[in-house]
Amino acid sequence: GGGGAEEEELTAQETALYDRQIRVWGVDAQKRLSKAHVLVCGVNGTTIEFCKNIVLAGVGSLSLMDDHIVTEDDLNSNFLIPHDESVYGGKSRAEVCCESLKDFNPMVRVAVAKGDPSLIDGTFIDRFDIIVLSRASLKTKLFINDNCRKRSKHIAFYSVDCKDSCGEIFVDLQNHSYLQKKPGGEPEQQELKYPSLQYYNLNRIDCIYIWFVSIQEAISVPWKDLSKKTTKLYYAMRVLESYESSEGRDPGETSLSDLPAVLALRKDMCDRMSLDESRIPTSLLERLLAAGKKEHPPVCAILGGILGQEVIKSISCKGDPIKNFFYYDAADGKGAMEDIPPTPED
Amino acid sequence: SEEAVKAAKVLMVGAGGIGCELLKTLALSGFSDIHVIDLDTIEVSNLNRQFLFRKSHVGQSKAHVARDAILKFRPNINIESHHANVKDAQFNVDFFKQFNVVLNGLDNLDARRHVNRLCLAAEVPLVESGTTGFLGQVTVHVKGKTECYECQPKPIPKSYPVCTITSTPSKFVHCIVWAKELLFAKLFGDKNQDNDLNVHSKDGSSSKLDVFERDVDEDLDQYAQRIYDHVFGYNIEVALENEETWKNRRRPNPVYIRDTLPEAVKQNGSSWDCSNDHEEPSAMASLGLTNPQEIWTLAENSRVLLEAFKLFFEKREKEIGNLVFDKDDQLAVEFVTAAANIRAHSFGIPLHSLFEAKGVAGNIVHAVATTNAIIAGLIVIEAIKVLQDDYKNYRMTYCLEHPTKKLLLMPVEPFEPNPSCYVCSEVFCTV
Repeated sequence: GGGGAEEEELTAQETALYDRQIRVWGVDAQKRLSKAHVLVCGVNGTTIEFCKNIVLAGVGSLSLMDDHIVTEDDLNSNFLIPHDESVYGGKSRAEVCCESLKDFNPMVRVAVAKGDPSLIDGTFIDRFDIIVLSRASLKTKLFINDNCRKRSKHIAFYSVDCKDSCGEIFVDLQNHSYLQKKPGGEPEQQELKYPSLQYYNLNRIDCIYIWFVSIQEAISVPWKDLSKKTTKLYYAMRVLESYESSEGRDPGETSLSDLPAVLALRKDMCDRMSLDESRIPTSLLERLLAAGKKEHPPVCAILGGILGQEVIKSISCKGDPIKNFFYYDAADGKGAMEDIPPTPED
Repeated sequence: SEEAVKAAKVLMVGAGGIGCELLKTLALSGFSDIHVIDLDTIEVSNLNRQFLFRKSHVGQSKAHVARDAILKFRPNINIESHHANVKDAQFNVDFFKQFNVVLNGLDNLDARRHVNRLCLAAEVPLVESGTTGFLGQVTVHVKGKTECYECQPKPIPKSYPVCTITSTPSKFVHCIVWAKELLFAKLFGDKNQDNDLNVHSKDGSSSKLDVFERDVDEDLDQYAQRIYDHVFGYNIEVALENEETWKNRRRPNPVYIRDTLPEAVKQNGSSWDCSNDHEEPSAMASLGLTNPQEIWTLAENSRVLLEAFKLFFEKREKEIGNLVFDKDDQLAVEFVTAAANIRAHSFGIPLHSLFEAKGVAGNIVHAVATTNAIIAGLIVIEAIKVLQDDYKNYRMTYCLEHPTKKLLLMPVEPFEPNPSCYVCSEVFCTV
């Protein structure tokens, strides 16, 4: 979380603005949010949804890193860029979106972080409590996740990717302790600290400890060790990721013409990991290749919303976090979590 | 599907929490012909999630401001905004018939039922939705193919038996209802309304019919304390006389001013008066209480009650006799909180802060931006299926706080229409 709650009360302005959400997560959580510093690398349809959500929630600061110059393509799934070339012309995505985000909540410091995510160093990331990566290469994800884990400061790591009408979120909170509501039981003294909980639920509150694995560890889990019910998207994303990596492509720089090579890679990976190829449908790989960099706006809203809730939960240390992958696919309408490697049953 | 979207004419009912997110996602998804209806104006407490609005918009129409905000990043789409109640006569069956799909972002059952019936009459598909905190759902209703919104009975709003409110409260909410609908209403509301409070005084020989009436030239402090002792002291003693009621229940304790605020009885001077005619009168401000999250002591609640009582008479006398409780009326919220807390104390029920009491008394729905954003995305996904008549893939989607079978977003196939639904069943005529 961000530096812990302090003694000072919320200002009258904050109490009035945040009334409805304080009734959801309590004053203590709101104070923690106001001290949290978030970095988002990669400005796209999904991450701007996320940014809108956490700015409205009242985080301490938000830094955006994306030096790409705004093009007409960006206007499609981005509601933060006005259709006015005199406003966006020649500016980076981060610069233009920053200005719009400030408007949503004057109490949040929104700033541009110039640079390339694949080159940022440890002292830079120490400024942040939360880092979100999107549309980053596997190499960059591994690099930044590894850096987060090496710091003595606790830095939460998330990656989010939207491939047209489906997407993936990965969560790494390292060691995380938080409060969890359990239904039933006698109300306890601690509930007086969380007025919204006391009113809406007479629940017990427990303190839970959980451990997350790095991306490296997660994606290295042999596929044969995963449950037969594991979301197919997990495997499909790993194949695509591996393909882009070995071909030196930017994320999303693929098309249907890559299909034969991707199918060959699928066979190769399934042989190595002892998984039946039918578990990764060709049609799914086709969809991901055809998606390229496209993001379906309703799916951006869903992924950005889920990610927003996750970050709010982890900053406030309240509520079960997603552990450790989340998938949404408009094709079947499911929003499912996967725990990789699976936690052994007690 | 791009063509179906471009050609579609869509009606959005509600431009609030879900509405803002929905209008944004519709615009980004290529919808270019949208009507929006909303009767509300913008308030400060909306701004934590209704992101199309700014502080400078407070007081203005949600529908109009939402439209203007969207046109900034999609100047070429057609949005018609109506600052009106969807129940108005102008929004008749013919009006509804012009749309390919109707999308609801409402917050009350009454309006939802109304729209459901119009959609059935006009034979236009309806995508319904709702959110509370981290929970939400999206449902699809197509006449003849799926249940209508009313095929399954909806839970009616909670109401409490009269005797629970007047005699045997066991939860804080019972005390709030008493404070709001009995005490506040009796003192400051319409005098002609029926009220269950006991109006007879201890002194049987009193010529007064109603002990709540202020005596001619009665000192305000005196009046306030007299009412306090009547409702929290005498009325409780009267209730205690009925042994049967308390056989299996905790007996309440009568509370008198002489016990809770002994100093108030001695000095009848006015409290620390820092009144400023330009500011809204507030008992908390008068008494130097600054934290709405704090749970006051019995003595503090008593001070707040007496001070709020006096401020109504000193600063807002003209309104007395016409007041209706409003959650945005600070003094009313202070009064109701204090009164509920004193009653709660009598009955051994835990006290609550002003913040909590306001939520109960005002039926405030807790709300965050993220759930609304997720639901808006799901609405648009269903809307696109509806436009393509992709009925095999229609889903009711539930956004859960805790996963079920590892699902946080759970799709369920819609049910067929209920043959005995009194709203959509073909046995009945729809006019």
